[in-house]
Amino acid sequence: MRIDVMKTYKLFINGNFPRSESGRVYEILDSKGKFLANPCNGSRKDLRESVVAARNAHNGWSSATAFNRGQVLYRVAEIMQGRIDQFVAEIVAQEGATPASAKIQVQSAIDTWVWYAGWCDKIDSISGSTNPVSGPFYNFSIPESLGVVAIFADSKPSLLNLVSALAPVIATGNTAILIASEKQPLCAITLAECLATSDVPAGVVNVLTGSIDQFVTWVGSHMEIDGVDATGLSKKDLVEIKELGSENLKRVHSFNEAKSTKRMASFMETKTVWHTVGI
Amino acid sequence: MNSTLLADKSEASLKRFLSTLSPVDQVGATSRVEALATRSIKTSSKNWAIDLAIRMVDLTTLEGADTPEKVRALCAKGVYPDPTDLTVPSVGAICVYNDMVKIARTALDAGGGKDIPVAAVATAFPSGRASIEVKIQDTKDAIANGASEIDMVIDRGAFLSGKLGLVFEQIEIIKGLCGDNAHLKVILETGELVTLDNVRRASYLAMLAGADFIKTSTGKVAPAATAPVVYVMLEAVRDFYKMTGTKIGVKPAGGIRTTKDAIKQLVLVNEVAGPEWLDPSLFRIGASALLNDLLMQRMKMRDGHYASPNYVTLD
Amino acid sequence: MNTFEYAPAPESAALVDIKSQYGLFINGKFVAPKAGKTFTTINPANEEVLAKIAYAELADVNLAVTAARNAFTKTWSKMPGAERGKYLFRIARILQERSREFAVLETLDNGKPIRETRDTDIPLAAAHFFYHAGWADKLSYAGQGDNPKPYGVAAQIIPWNFPMLMLAWKIAPALATGNTVVLKPAETTPLTALLFAEVCQQAGLPAGVVNIVTGDGATGSHLVNHPGVDKVAFTGSTGVGKAIAKAIAGTKKSATLELGGKGANIVYDDAPIDEAVEGIVSGIFFNQGQVCCAGSRLLVQENIEDELLEKLKKRISLIRVGNPMDKNTDLGAINSSAQLARIKELADSGDIEGAQRWSPNCVLPSSGFWYPPTIFTGVSQSHRIAREEIFGPVLSVLTFRTPGEAIEKANNSPYGLSAGIWSDKGSRILWTAKKLRAGVIWANTFNKFDPASPFGGYKESGWGREGGRHGLAGYLKGDN
Repeated sequence: MRIDVMKTYKLFINGNFPRSESGRVYEILDSKGKFLANPCNGSRKDLRESVVAARNAHNGWSSATAFNRGQVLYRVAEIMQGRIDQFVAEIVAQEGATPASAKIQVQSAIDTWVWYAGWCDKIDSISGSTNPVSGPFYNFSIPESLGVVAIFADSKPSLLNLVSALAPVIATGNTAILIASEKQPLCAITLAECLATSDVPAGVVNVLTGSIDQFVTWVGSHMEIDGVDATGLSKKDLVEIKELGSENLKRVHSFNEAKSTKRMASFMETKTVWHTVGI
Repeated sequence: MNSTLLADKSEASLKRFLSTLSPVDQVGATSRVEALATRSIKTSSKNWAIDLAIRMVDLTTLEGADTPEKVRALCAKGVYPDPTDLTVPSVGAICVYNDMVKIARTALDAGGGKDIPVAAVATAFPSGRASIEVKIQDTKDAIANGASEIDMVIDRGAFLSGKLGLVFEQIEIIKGLCGDNAHLKVILETGELVTLDNVRRASYLAMLAGADFIKTSTGKVAPAATAPVVYVMLEAVRDFYKMTGTKIGVKPAGGIRTTKDAIKQLVLVNEVAGPEWLDPSLFRIGASALLNDLLMQRMKMRDGHYASPNYVTLD
Repeated sequence: MNTFEYAPAPESAALVDIKSQYGLFINGKFVAPKAGKTFTTINPANEEVLAKIAYAELADVNLAVTAARNAFTKTWSKMPGAERGKYLFRIARILQERSREFAVLETLDNGKPIRETRDTDIPLAAAHFFYHAGWADKLSYAGQGDNPKPYGVAAQIIPWNFPMLMLAWKIAPALATGNTVVLKPAETTPLTALLFAEVCQQAGLPAGVVNIVTGDGATGSHLVNHPGVDKVAFTGSTGVGKAIAKAIAGTKKSATLELGGKGANIVYDDAPIDEAVEGIVSGIFFNQGQVCCAGSRLLVQENIEDELLEKLKKRISLIRVGNPMDKNTDLGAINSSAQLARIKELADSGDIEGAQRWSPNCVLPSSGFWYPPTIFTGVSQSHRIAREEIFGPVLSVLTFRTPGEAIEKANNSPYGLSAGIWSDKGSRILWTAKKLRAGVIWANTFNKFDPASPFGGYKESGWGREGGRHGLAGYLKGDN
């Protein structure tokens, strides 16, 4: 009988897979109560490193052409396709889903990712406008990425929720810090491995695991995080992150739907430019 | 020519200099002018402005059908714009075609207007399309007949096709003929230059070549003295003074018909070139109908009710 | 007289009939405040009392919110958009008809020049109603889904710098989208909002659709925290904006916030320099600089600094400071003694930190609140006057060498509301516009506003946009 090689689940920061600087891990069990893994218990400093990485990556990622971002995102879907079995195994173990329903979830997640990949070079046409002002001016509004967005994705269905939150954030040129579900973090790390082996630049997505309660406090009070997808947070955590986030007016949003332009537009800022028209 | 600004008179150095001028944003310039047009000039300042405007009028007739009688009447009116009220000042100058210069000079001298200059339009007015020899003779005739101001037109065709050296040279030649005997006003015909950038460049070209005044228009081309054009020319003389210490005059001509228009021009002068330009030696208004409107407004200010055109003379 | 001194040309204060006392406008009627408390509003140009104003407390706010709720459920939300739109068109027209009255009243209450209220504030306010009127029956095109819904009752709090214009920015989109409104004007400038209540009556607007409660910060706080409110819209300081964001964190209320700014006005060496001078002047002296999007930081390319400053100083010397009711006044009174004290304190910090102050010779009136046009040169990024919003006629001048440095300096602020770019080169303008982290960018112009143009800030300058299609999003719940 062959003994399986077990996977060490690590953080994903600035394109690398470090252990938490805290040196701490926590135990997670599968749906039947059996030991599954020891993911990292990410620290405040891990968050800080992630924000630095995301901020540094933002300029390059947001100024890449939309077509280029679309291709990079599509490449991620290609890599995910090759890892279907691993995602299915993790979902079965963590969510207690049947292999068939897990597979449907993974396929749906990949399709959602592809849907957002196609939006990269279209959202500006939908969200932007030229504005007929009274006077000799050319006036237009364009959406731009917000900056660094922290994501608390809902836990079940874990992969689909991750994708529904992460894809719109980075499709629009933001960089992200994905806080994995505390009890079901495995898909997030595997997704990070997909990102690392596709063409997503280092720092564009960072994945952390650990205590949600602590991350809520740290993310909420971090002044360099511009937005939060709080879809996965409890009511109590949502209030806390909004209260703390008020200090730098973080844009905090929660969503019901997996696929929508709203998920993209919510993490974009509208810039309006006026220029004189004359000879 | 002003040697401090130009390396030499070559076309290359003219182009080089003009390329150092700041561009003009038409929208910004127009909106500044519109804001200044909302200045509300009342009571004592209006009285003052009306009299100043009368002193700045280059009372003009430039018709093919002009007759000696008409010119003589114009001169009489220029000296005493309102014969019933001798507190009304005389106009700045009488502006006529070349062949009427002597008639005008004689009429002015005989009618108490010895100090009022006669301005002659010269250099193949209004088109400027003639050989330099013709332009030289035109100017010489005018000065010989008693003109002490020469309103010359530039060759717009040359300017627009980039022959800046030619335009410069012709102004210089005419300036040389004027010498100390006559003031030179250079007509840019801004309606044909179209852009404010061109107006600014042509203003500097004329000033560098020796113009004493820069003038907007012949009155034969529309649009003529639009407020943005005058605004840009006033900026040019202001900045040229700063560069060289020489004050150049500005003369809008064409389209200024009412007291309101004239006062708007004076506000522009006051707030763009500065109060020192509020003098007939540095600002003139080329007009004919304007004078009567100024007279009527003056009566209204004096009498407290609106005047009738029946009380001012036609010419 | 041998210079062109403009004789006084005052607009007539008699154009508007100011009552000695005003009530609260609740459910279509003016009512006395429950507790009977009042405060006064004064003319900041001469400190004379204009009127006694009702002070709304919690009980009054309760009544206003209830009236708005009833109007929402019983009439306004049931009315077809086309009919709502017609009320807005009516309001727009009445504002145009009574525009001079509003302009005079605004100038008396606010201290800003009549030229600005007459030519900018009031015409734009009317235009806002006209623009949004047309949206009322076209909301399915607003980009918020096929069947977007209003939130319900909107609590709206507006500042004193553009009282009537900010009222229009708030009320017009709220009503067009089917919300009802409780609006609190600023404590020092309530009069045009109360005159607007009369316009609502003349337009026959159903009772309770618009309610106006006057008071101070406490009144505003009651309104924001009221459980009957679904939507909060606030324009004002970033400090208060953050407090509102915190206060509603535990509720379902959605918020639009238009907050402070420290706008950079970038002048490249190829700029149309005379127009840039005009833009700098309008950027910082329009409305006495009491503008959230003011171009309060001038970033000038080093090689044209001397030329630009000389032209700028000459131009600033022409600014006519004085009686706001005079049609020739360019710079009026500061809105309140508190604001004047803040301007003084911050400007004085410029002296203390080593910047060089310059103001033209100008005689300020002896009564009222006044501050001369002021520029500081030799300012560095770390100075308070380069970082904090002064909200007054005080310009900080900094220099840069390269476009990259201009961007770094411009973006080095927690604010991100507005910016200006002056250059003759199209590609440089677009590059700069792209790099600037600001919601409104004026290229070769400044301080332009239009109902069709979305306005709002990045970063700590706020949440959401006002104006244009984008502005409707703040008042609609999407159906997706």
